[in-house]
Amino acid sequence: MDYDITKFLWSLLGLFIVLNWGMLMSSTMRRVGARLAGRIGVPLYQPWVDLIKLISLRTYLSHGFMYYIGPAFRLVGGVGMFLFMPVLFGSDIWSNYSFSGDLILLLYFQSFGMLGMAMGASESGSPHAAIGISRGLSQFAAVEVPMTLAVIAIAIQHQTFSFHEIMAAQQGGIMNWTLFTNPLASIAGMLAMLGAMSHSPFNLVKAPNEIPIGPPTEYHSSFLSVLRTNSAIIHVVEAALFMNLFFGGADNWIEYIIKTFFVYFISVFVGMVFPRFKIEDSVRWFLKWPTLIGIIAVLVAAYWS
Amino acid sequence: MEEKKDKFLKPENEVRQVEAPDGSIIKIDPLKDYYSQEKPEPYKVKEGPVENFLNWARAESLWVLGFGTGCGSIEIPPLVTPRFDMYRYGVQMRATPRQSNVFVVSGYLSVKTLKRVIRTYEQMPSPKYVIALGSCTINGGMYWDSYNTINRLDHFLPVDVYIAGCMPRPEALLAGFGKLKELIKEGKGHKANEYAENFEWYKENQKKIIKDWNMPDYNW
Repeated sequence: MDYDITKFLWSLLGLFIVLNWGMLMSSTMRRVGARLAGRIGVPLYQPWVDLIKLISLRTYLSHGFMYYIGPAFRLVGGVGMFLFMPVLFGSDIWSNYSFSGDLILLLYFQSFGMLGMAMGASESGSPHAAIGISRGLSQFAAVEVPMTLAVIAIAIQHQTFSFHEIMAAQQGGIMNWTLFTNPLASIAGMLAMLGAMSHSPFNLVKAPNEIPIGPPTEYHSSFLSVLRTNSAIIHVVEAALFMNLFFGGADNWIEYIIKTFFVYFISVFVGMVFPRFKIEDSVRWFLKWPTLIGIIAVLVAAYWS
Repeated sequence: MEEKKDKFLKPENEVRQVEAPDGSIIKIDPLKDYYSQEKPEPYKVKEGPVENFLNWARAESLWVLGFGTGCGSIEIPPLVTPRFDMYRYGVQMRATPRQSNVFVVSGYLSVKTLKRVIRTYEQMPSPKYVIALGSCTINGGMYWDSYNTINRLDHFLPVDVYIAGCMPRPEALLAGFGKLKELIKEGKGHKANEYAENFEWYKENQKKIIKDWNMPDYNW
C-alpha cells in the first residue's frame, strides 16, 4: 500500500470535524433532555469546558500499565471505526481507508474499545469497575447478536461486505434505502443500535447514579478526557454506521450531520420515553425480539437472493 | 506524628505473612502495600493568561461529589429540578470522588462521618474545593455541645466557601457555587495547597477526634 500524506491529512480533518460535531451533539441532546424535564440544561460549550478542565487537573494517579492503555484502546476503537468507514459517498478524499471488507472490520472495532477498557478498568482494582465491566460486556455480547444478524442479512441482500457498495445500492431516492428494501434487517439493526449507543433503556453500565459510574470509576483527569473524547467520536461514528447501512449514506457534510443527528436522536428519544433496564432484563430483551427479527431477516434474505 | 498501635485495627489490615505461589514467604502490610502513603505535595501557583483561561474552565465546570453528609444533603437534590437547575451554571453531579472537584459538606459531621469525609476528600484530585453548608460546619450550630459531632470544619479540612443558615435554601447553595466560581476565576482556589502545607496540623486535629483511625495517614 502506498503511503499518501494528503489522504492522511483529509482523514485527520474529518476526525476533527466529527469530534467537534460529537461534542456539540452531546450537549444539544442534553439540552433536549433538560427541556423535556422543564429545565434549561447545560450551555452548548459545556463538553469542551469539561475537557479542558479534566486536562488541567493538577494531580494524577496511576494504577499500572493497563490503566494507561485502557483509554487508549477505547480511543483506538472509536478512531478506527471512523478511519475504516467511508465518510461521504462518491467522494475520493472523504472515503478514508475503506476497502472491500470494511464492514467486517467495523464489527470488530465496535467491541475492541470495550475489551481494552475492560482490561484497563480491572487494573484499577475498584470493585465497582469490575461489576461495571461484567455488566457492560454481557450487555454488549447480547447487542452484537441482532446487529450481526442484520449485517449478515444486508450482506446477503447486496452480496457484498463493502460499505461503498452497500451505499451505492441505496442511491437514487428514499425508496432504495435498506430501510425500505429490507425492513426486517433494519428493525433488528435499529433495535441493536439502541444498545450500541448505550442510551437510557440500556445505560445501566455507565449511568452516574448506578454503582458509581461503572467501568470508569477510577478514571480521572487526562484518562477521563480521553474517554470523553472517544465517546464524542463514537456517538457520531455509530450513527454514521447505521446511516450508511439503513439510511442511504451521505453525499455531503450537511447531509451527514443531519442524518447522524436524527439517527442519534432516535436513541435519545427512546431513552427519554423508557426507563432503565436491569442488566439481565436488557440481555434477555436483546436475545428475544431483535434476535428473532434478525433471524427472520437472514432467512428471508437467503430465500429471496 | 507518633505511630498509633491501635486496638481498632481490622483483621484484614493486620501485618501478616503469606506464602507466595513459588513457595517463598512474603510479608504483607496492607496499610502500606494496598494504599499510597505519599504525602500531598504543595504545587507552585502559576500566573498568566494560560492559567487564567484554565481557571475559567475550572470554574465553569464544577463537578460535585454526590455524598450526603448531614441533614443539608436534602437541599442538594432540588438543584437538579427545573426550579433551580444548576446545570445552567456548569455544576454537575458526579458519583465518584476521583472525578469530582467540589465537596459539599452538607451540615453537621459526626465523628464517624468525618472519617469518611477525610478519606473522600483525600481521594479527590487537586484542584479541589470544599463548600461548607449550614451553621453546623461553622461553629457547630444547634449541635454545638453535642458529644458526637465536630464544631468547626475548618480545623479538619480547608474550606473555600461557607454558606450560613439552618438550613440554607437551595438558592443559597447556588449563590455559594457562584461565589466559588468568582474565587477560582480570581486565582484564589488553592485550598488544596493549604491542606498540603499544613498537613501535620490537620492530621493532628483529625486524630484527636477520630479514635479508631485504622487507615493510612493520607490515602489516595
